[in-house]
Amino acid sequence: MNSVMTLAKAVATKDLRTEFRSRVVTNQVLPFAGVVLLLFAFAIDSDSTLARVSSGLVWMTTLFSMLLITQRSFDLETADGALDALRVAGADMRGVFVGKSGALIAQLLALDIVLFFLAVILFRVEPPAAGLGLLVVTTVLAAATLGLIGVTYGGLAAKAKGRETLLPLLILPVVAPVVIAATRATESALGVGGRKVSEGWPWTGLLGFTAVAFAVVGLFAFPALIEE
Amino acid sequence: MSTLAAADGVAATTPTGTRFTKYLGAFTLAGVALLLLLGLVSTPADQNQGDSVRIMYVHVPTAWIAYLAFVVTAIASAMYLFRSAHSISWDRIAGASAEIGVLYMALTLITGSLWGRLTWGVFWEWDARLTTTAFLFVTYIGYLAVRRLGGTHDQRAKRSAIVALLAVLEIPLVHFSVRIWASLHQEPTVLRAGDVKMDGLMLFTLFWGVVTFTLMFVWLVVHRQRVITMEDAIESLGLDTALEARRREGQTV
Repeated sequence: MNSVMTLAKAVATKDLRTEFRSRVVTNQVLPFAGVVLLLFAFAIDSDSTLARVSSGLVWMTTLFSMLLITQRSFDLETADGALDALRVAGADMRGVFVGKSGALIAQLLALDIVLFFLAVILFRVEPPAAGLGLLVVTTVLAAATLGLIGVTYGGLAAKAKGRETLLPLLILPVVAPVVIAATRATESALGVGGRKVSEGWPWTGLLGFTAVAFAVVGLFAFPALIEE
Repeated sequence: MSTLAAADGVAATTPTGTRFTKYLGAFTLAGVALLLLLGLVSTPADQNQGDSVRIMYVHVPTAWIAYLAFVVTAIASAMYLFRSAHSISWDRIAGASAEIGVLYMALTLITGSLWGRLTWGVFWEWDARLTTTAFLFVTYIGYLAVRRLGGTHDQRAKRSAIVALLAVLEIPLVHFSVRIWASLHQEPTVLRAGDVKMDGLMLFTLFWGVVTFTLMFVWLVVHRQRVITMEDAIESLGLDTALEARRREGQTV
C-alpha cells in the first residue's frame, strides 16, 4: 500500500507541476470556462432567471472544463508512451489512478473557486454565511466525484482513436447524478428559490456515496483498462 | 471463402441460421402476427386512454426486454472477465445483446413519446424514469462505441466487459427512480403486487407481447453473435494474410 501512495504522490506532483509550468489550465481552460459562463448569460438573457439557474450553470461549466483537463492529462501520458513505460516498469496502476485523480480534483477545486467568484459577479448571486459550510462540502465532494469519474473513463479512452469524442459520450451519462446533486445542494447553500440550507445536506450524501463508489470501482477498473 | 472457413472454423458461406433458429424465427413471426391481431383488433380501447393504450403492447415489452438485454450483457461480460477460460464467445453474446437492447430501448423511447403525446399532451416529460432511461440509452451507445475502438478481440472483450459492468449499475437507478423522485410518469400497473387492474384479454395481450419480443430478442441475438463471430474471423484472416504477405516479401528480398 505504501508503494501505491508513494507512486500516487509522485504522479500527482508531476501532473500539478506540469500544469503549473505549462499554464494550460490558467491560460486556456479558465478563460474557456469564463467564456462559457458569459455565453450562458447571453443565451438566458434574464437577470432573475440567471440568478435562479446560476448553480447549474457553474456545475455544467465545471463539467465541460473537466472534460478538457482530463483529455489533456491523458494526452500528456500517451504522447510519450509514459503509461506504457510505467506499466513495463512494474508500477502499480492503482497508484497512477490515485495520483491522477488527486491532481485532477485539485485543479477542479481551484477552477470552482474562480467560477463561484465569477458567478457572484456576473449572475448577482449573494451567498449567505449560513450556507458556506454546505457550499464548501458540496464543492469538495462534487470535484472529487468528477475527478474520479474523469480518470476512470480517461484511462479507458487514453489509447483510443477519436478519444476526444468518445470521452464525453462515456462520461456525460454517468455524471448526471453528480450534476443534479451538486446543483441542488448549491442552490440550498445559496438560498436560491427560497431553499433552506438543511435541504441541501441530503444531496451531499448522494455525492459522497457516488464518490466512494467510483473510488472503489476506479481502483479495480483503471489498472485493467490501462494494462490491455 | 473456403480458406476463411478453415482459418477460424467458421464457414462464411453458411448462413447464420440453423434448424433451431428457423423454427424460432417462424414462431416469432407468428407471434408478431398474433400480437398485431390481439393489440389492434381483439382488445378493447381503454376507458381513460382510448386507443392509445394499444401502444403499451409494444412499449412495455420492449422496455422490459431492453433491461433484460442489458442484464444479459452484464452477465456475459462478467463470465468473460471472471472465468479463467476468458472465452471470447461470452464477449460476442454481450455485444449482440447490447445491440439488440439499444434497438429495443430506442423503440421504448419512441413508443413512450407517442403515448405521452396522446395521454399527457406532450412528447417528453422531465420525469425521473423517462430521463434516466434516456441516459441509459446513451450509456449503451457509448458501450457500443467502445466495442469499435479496435485492437485485438481480447482487448475489445476486456475493455467492453468493464464498461458493461459499470453501465449496468445504472439499471437499478432507472427501476427505482420512480419511487425516489416525484413523478408524472404512469405508475407501474402490472408489477404492483395484488393490484392488477387490467382487463383479462388486455393483460394476456401484454403478456403475449413480452413472450413475442423475448423470442425475437433471442432470435436476433443468436444471429447477431454468429455474424460477429464471422466478422472476427474475417479480421483475423485479414491480419494473417497481411503477415503472410510481409513474410513472403522478406523471403524474396
